[in-house]
Amino acid sequence: MKTKSNIERLLEKGEFVVTSECGPPRGSDAEAVRKKGNLLKEVVDGVNVTDNQTSVVRMSSLASCVILKEMGFDPIWQLVCRDRNRIAIQSDILGAAALGINNILCLSGDHQSFGDNPKAKNVYDIDSIQLIHTVKTLRDEGKFLGGDELKGTPSLFIGAAENPFADPYEIRAMRLGKKVKAGCDFIQTQCIYNVEKFSKWMGEVRERGLHKQCAILAGVTPLKSAGMAKYMKKNVPGMDVPDSLIERLAAVPKENQAQEGIKICVEMIRQLKEIEGVRGVHIMAIEWEEKVAEIVKAAGLSPRPA
Amino acid sequence: MIVGNRKPLEEILEMVKPYKKILLLGCNECITVCAAGGEREVGVLASELKLSRAKNGGEIEIKEHTLERQCDFEYIDQIKPFVDDYEAIVSMACGAGIQYTAERFPGKVVLPAINTTFLGVTLEQGVWSERCQGCGECILHLTGGICPVARCAKSLFNGPCGGSSNGKCEVNPDTPCAWQLIVDRLKELGQLENYEKIIEVKNWSTSRDGGPRTRVREDLRIPKDS
Repeated sequence: MKTKSNIERLLEKGEFVVTSECGPPRGSDAEAVRKKGNLLKEVVDGVNVTDNQTSVVRMSSLASCVILKEMGFDPIWQLVCRDRNRIAIQSDILGAAALGINNILCLSGDHQSFGDNPKAKNVYDIDSIQLIHTVKTLRDEGKFLGGDELKGTPSLFIGAAENPFADPYEIRAMRLGKKVKAGCDFIQTQCIYNVEKFSKWMGEVRERGLHKQCAILAGVTPLKSAGMAKYMKKNVPGMDVPDSLIERLAAVPKENQAQEGIKICVEMIRQLKEIEGVRGVHIMAIEWEEKVAEIVKAAGLSPRPA
Repeated sequence: MIVGNRKPLEEILEMVKPYKKILLLGCNECITVCAAGGEREVGVLASELKLSRAKNGGEIEIKEHTLERQCDFEYIDQIKPFVDDYEAIVSMACGAGIQYTAERFPGKVVLPAINTTFLGVTLEQGVWSERCQGCGECILHLTGGICPVARCAKSLFNGPCGGSSNGKCEVNPDTPCAWQLIVDRLKELGQLENYEKIIEVKNWSTSRDGGPRTRVREDLRIPKDS
């Protein structure tokens, strides 16, 4: 094992891993983090903590990770390239490791124009693939980007995101290959609604042997309503929501659509689990964390292995 | 060319409020080509300023003058004979020209009438588009001749991000995704294998991040004491 990461340990044991997500609050209340944490306790193997997602200012990802760590979680610290240059990034990586964080998810970050500070300057000194390589260089070579040697190397399990549905499709598997080459240990995908298209992508991933070099966790997000499904299809770039899914939700009375959404999500997890190379599932129940336990249980993934 | 936009009239009116005699100085280079601060735009702005002043019961004397360039003292010096007749210069050059005019006349108020925006090209009449950020270390040979620094909203070197959709950038549906363009071009050139190479962390010290830049060609310089 490269690190003390819980998900790395479970993946090595051959377990099908379950992760979820916890968005930090828009304020300094630590209790808000604990409250969300409590909904996920003993439900999942690792919790992603988002880094100012959609460019809306929130409590820092690292601080929230530490609060969750104190609760017994093995947080997956999300770090975006939007807000930090390579000096801050390397420094935060060392700090996170010192605080006992074992997992990092390397992301570009949403553009600031989507958030509450659209007039901000972005940084993008390095990109997500270069970030993966930076963490790997610190961890495995014990060297800073500037070439100097570290005293005490950060032992982080390196993750990244990949969107199998974004354009241009033809380079999506190739791009995952770049992430693996850069040093990525695991991947969490964008939420999958089109299992067929995802399977096709996984086929390309297997052809390149990438599934053997990094663990692929398939991303899912339960739909709350037909309206939400339509909204995501129309407004979220790189989101592939098949019409059949929207129709299925719309065919159910409004008050039962959320339950139908959960049912669809569970079915989807069961399908994804059967795809060769899928090593786990990442459940992103945005502001719906209370449903994660139900989904995990219904998908037959409960209780989690020790 | 350097592309810019003329500032809104209200903003210019606010700047020239204290003055009754101004020299409105156009530039005949890039800023003329992008129809922001050439002779024609100087004429339009002068009329607008005079009309507004008159409407508010005031007066303003404006001398319209367009220089060949405002980025060379030899041209800027052409206003020397009459510059002192005016309280302020309103420059319609790019940011470089405005500053260089101010630098030549340290005692004179020089006001900007242009918001300088980018280094770009003419897409069609009336439409200009950004192409270069002057980062000082060109990588166009790796990216099919399309610059991710200038044309990707996140300046990703190993893009695209997950926000590329139907060839467009998530930041603006009218903007092409630079990485879609790069992939298309690499394919056309039969160089898609280039895409698989990781472009390493960039040296930004050649860009503005390294501090203001100066270029010296010793062989072209005229010795100071000759």
